[in-house]
Amino acid sequence: MDLLLAAFDVLARWDVFLALTVGSVGGVLIGAIPGVGPAVAIAILLPATFSMDPIVGLTVLLGIYGSSMYGGAIPAILINTPGTAVNALTTYDGYPMTARGEARRALSLAYSASFFGGIFSIVCLILFAPILAKVAPLFGSREIFLAALLGIILVIIVHRGQTLIAAALVGFGIFINTIGLEPVKYSKRFTFDQAFLSSGINLIVVVLGLFAISQAFYLLQGEDEKIRLTKLRGGLFQGLRELARHPRVATVSGGFGVLMGMIPGVGEFTAQFLGYTYAQRTSKRPEDFGRGSSEGLIASETANNAVPAAAMVPLLALGIPGEALTAMMLSVFYVHNVVPGPQLFQNHMDFVVALYIALLILNVMVLVFLLFATNQIIKLIKIPNRFLGACILALSFVGVYSLRNSMSDCVIAAIFGVLGFILKRLELPVIPIILGMVLGNIMEVKLRAGMARVKTPFDFIDRPVAMILFLLIVTVVILHIRRVLADRKELKEAKWSNKHASTNFGMHLSRRRDYLSTERGKAVRAKRLTSFHRSTDK
Amino acid sequence: MSDKKVEVRRFPAPLRGQFLFALIFLIFSALLLSQLGDQTKWVKKTSFAAQPRFWPMVGLILMVCCTSLHLWRLPRRTMVPADWKEAKKWVAVVEYGMWFFAYVVTVPIVGYLFSTVIFMPALTYRMGYRRTNTLIWSVIFGFGTVVLFKSFLSVKIPGGLIYEYFPSAVRNFFILNF
Repeated sequence: MDLLLAAFDVLARWDVFLALTVGSVGGVLIGAIPGVGPAVAIAILLPATFSMDPIVGLTVLLGIYGSSMYGGAIPAILINTPGTAVNALTTYDGYPMTARGEARRALSLAYSASFFGGIFSIVCLILFAPILAKVAPLFGSREIFLAALLGIILVIIVHRGQTLIAAALVGFGIFINTIGLEPVKYSKRFTFDQAFLSSGINLIVVVLGLFAISQAFYLLQGEDEKIRLTKLRGGLFQGLRELARHPRVATVSGGFGVLMGMIPGVGEFTAQFLGYTYAQRTSKRPEDFGRGSSEGLIASETANNAVPAAAMVPLLALGIPGEALTAMMLSVFYVHNVVPGPQLFQNHMDFVVALYIALLILNVMVLVFLLFATNQIIKLIKIPNRFLGACILALSFVGVYSLRNSMSDCVIAAIFGVLGFILKRLELPVIPIILGMVLGNIMEVKLRAGMARVKTPFDFIDRPVAMILFLLIVTVVILHIRRVLADRKELKEAKWSNKHASTNFGMHLSRRRDYLSTERGKAVRAKRLTSFHRSTDK
Repeated sequence: MSDKKVEVRRFPAPLRGQFLFALIFLIFSALLLSQLGDQTKWVKKTSFAAQPRFWPMVGLILMVCCTSLHLWRLPRRTMVPADWKEAKKWVAVVEYGMWFFAYVVTVPIVGYLFSTVIFMPALTYRMGYRRTNTLIWSVIFGFGTVVLFKSFLSVKIPGGLIYEYFPSAVRNFFILNF
């Protein structure tokens, strides 16, 4: 209780409240604009926070980090363009719901799931932070490599019926990630002696190309639809009620978010895909996933919003940033001579709890803001498709060009835009490319580090966590092979079931005619005609 | 119903363009794989997994093998008129890529503000919107985007070359805000 009071004392300041408001509202708006994203926003705001108190600066950054995913769900659902890269999976089920006129339901569900994910992870971490901080160090290079490999395998097999092309696109993502200067041996890889390729292809450029620009092209190339806005059904808490019907999916996805958020380098993507795959596999209607499934939306949004709080655990408890955003936050600590690590937990536990309470308040503020702003946001549907395409194209420019002011980045983004457009037309998955890039990078770094201490192949999995992950991979692969064999058997049966007596007779006739029309057939027929003379005896 | 029709019915995506895409992707992947030795290095006294060549090889082999299998498993492996029609749509979208590129090229010359408030109504007009209201909205959107990103969020976009010809007070204001 004293700890809580001390934490509230840290927070009870007008500038902290202002930071919370700016962070929550700003994060939602930034997340809602495709191409900006929390990384760019945090990078821009970082120098400004150096002059603030650590709690104020960190609250602004945490606010943007935590609320951008709420905002990112808005364009993901309304215009099929994820506001932030981690909302990519939200498009799978969010946009189909919008397409069938259930945008309000999808948004409400996304807010509720995000809120649940955020609150769930904070409560978990306040309760279990000391224990979880002890588990995280058990994840070494090998374990992270295996977790990333598991993520890649899952993203391939989750695309049922398209696993081969999904695997090829994962390979493409892994390949793109390797372009440029190799960081250890400093050798060039697939640069073709072009200077603009030496620094590699930026993930954000690819994400913007594949999601934002391709969506702009898709809208520009299509026709305007006459949108008839029907009266939106359901109250403000419709999503919360629907969420309450899927407590298992929400809790497990939130759990994945918490666990994956704590594993350095893994984060939202793997958490989402684990949550999504779990939801799909255990759903009574797995065929609805990717076509507007409420469970899919809950899984992806809960998982990604459970990550920010969890990602703070390795940062605060061990001083290890899990990904780019927490790495940026680490610099705020250093500027103020606050060294994160076990010492922080021992000496400034009130500060740590204050940060978590700030996140808790932030989630409530964001939810309230979004629930009241929904009616304004939903008007976006009225915007004509082709006009919206032009707007997205203009916004995409900001995202790409502000990264490095590079013309070549814009050209690369446009090329990926065309590729994304083609994939969209062919209804082929785009996400394996992104996952291939993100997880490929993690795998490359971690495998190199992990192999340094490995003498025999078994050494790689001789630790408990590594062994568990390895067994998980083997199980997932075996289950997939079983499913493929079952699908093939089913296909064969379907083919056989089409063969009635009449079709068989027709097939035999057709084969006979084809055979007789060949040279060999003609020769055999001529021979038989001469061998068996028709009898003329009467 | 023939065997092929069962496969076509069960294919989880439209079949038009699939063969062409898979073929192009396979050729692209195979060409890249053929360049592996030339574009990557094999470093002596380094383990196989730590070789700079290792991960590009993994990616490219995955691309070639899986695309080949995908191509082989496609229900239709011949070009039909629908494929060519689909290809035309892919080519047609390059026009919007050129619009985007033109916008990118003009920003460092005429500045972010002017290029955006010209680009937005021009593309809106090209899209067939002729109503004055829509064109005005496109200008407002362009202006709003610039103000939000450049003026408020101070996104890193350099000033245009033409700002150099502005009077010094206005020039500084434009470089900082637009």
